[in-house]
Amino acid sequence: MDKDSIDRIVDKYHGEASYLIQILLEIQSENNWLPKEALKRVSDKLDVPLTRVQHIATFYKAFSVVPKGRHKVHICVGTACHVRGASRILDTVEEATGIKPGETDLELKYSLETVNCLGCCALGPVMEIDGKVHGKMAPGKTSDVLKNYE
Amino acid sequence: MSDILLQIDGKEVSATEGMTLLSAARTAGISIPTLCHHEKLEPFGGCRLCIVEVEAGGWTKLVVSCVYPVEENLIVRTRSEKVDRIRKSILELLLAHAPDAFELQDLAKEYGADKNRFEKDASFCIHCGLCVRYCAEVKKKNAIGFIDRGIRKEISFIPEIAARECNDCKECFPLCPTSYLQAVFVLTEGLAFSSPSSGSATEE
Ligand code: SF4
Ligand code: FES
Repeated sequence: MDKDSIDRIVDKYHGEASYLIQILLEIQSENNWLPKEALKRVSDKLDVPLTRVQHIATFYKAFSVVPKGRHKVHICVGTACHVRGASRILDTVEEATGIKPGETDLELKYSLETVNCLGCCALGPVMEIDGKVHGKMAPGKTSDVLKNYE
Repeated sequence: MSDILLQIDGKEVSATEGMTLLSAARTAGISIPTLCHHEKLEPFGGCRLCIVEVEAGGWTKLVVSCVYPVEENLIVRTRSEKVDRIRKSILELLLAHAPDAFELQDLAKEYGADKNRFEKDASFCIHCGLCVRYCAEVKKKNAIGFIDRGIRKEISFIPEIAARECNDCKECFPLCPTSYLQAVFVLTEGLAFSSPSSGSATEE
């Protein structure tokens, strides 16, 4: 992410330190992750110590300080999905993508994450990709779904 | 400003408004154990070791003395069965993280804490925040901070700032109750400070 895009976001909030989290959220959503140079730039512009910016960027799960894939794959392992076989879904997705929960593949295609209930237990086991819910998953179906994401 | 009178361990103590129980006790020569407290730093209330029992209006409650302000007629007990039991448990939990820290061992002796009570999870840092806060509040350098949260919370130097500032300072080193800080500094120095020969390794 270039300096200008970061400056644009910071300036939108008039460089006010109290908007730190909002600014980081915008950078995160534009760039998919928060590179160190971005944190440094934000720290300089807002006059907030880098230690503080870094603490916040690592504190909230909404932020990532490592690159994230283009598609966010969430496998629900909450109780309802668990009893309906979420672990087998997870296994096949791990196999298909080559990554484990919390990881991103080298081509930056997928980031895999487990979640603990997406609020649609009747559809379990559930796999959510980029906010779209794929319900009643079966191990055989996961690769068909994943195929649709480039 | 009028003085506030209170009773600590049966002793009449006068304090001024805004003082904490801890500083009132210390001025009166009564000692309360602390781990995260430092005179030059803002009260933090992180370690909870300085917990005491206070009695006001017939009620007793447990408060953290390094952040609790003095009140008129308060009755404070810095040692009681309950207080000692809590301090013992806190120490046992901390010892699971830093079993060999001298400061903790001395306190453990005093409170009869057993360092083997909890399964060891030697992460060494006990999150007292002294290093982080000293660097920020006293030195105003912010070379070290916390990252992550909960059980994954860790200290982390900013190599670019540390390389510039720390060698001439290192004032935080003796503050660390577990010597973990020094270890992290040496590690950061070895891994992330730019070496003079290879140019700047920190500018990715
Ligand atoms: S490294 Fe030491 S001084 Fe710093 S927070 Fe951890 S225990 Fe406290
Ligand atoms: S000294 Fe009071 S909480 Fe640590």
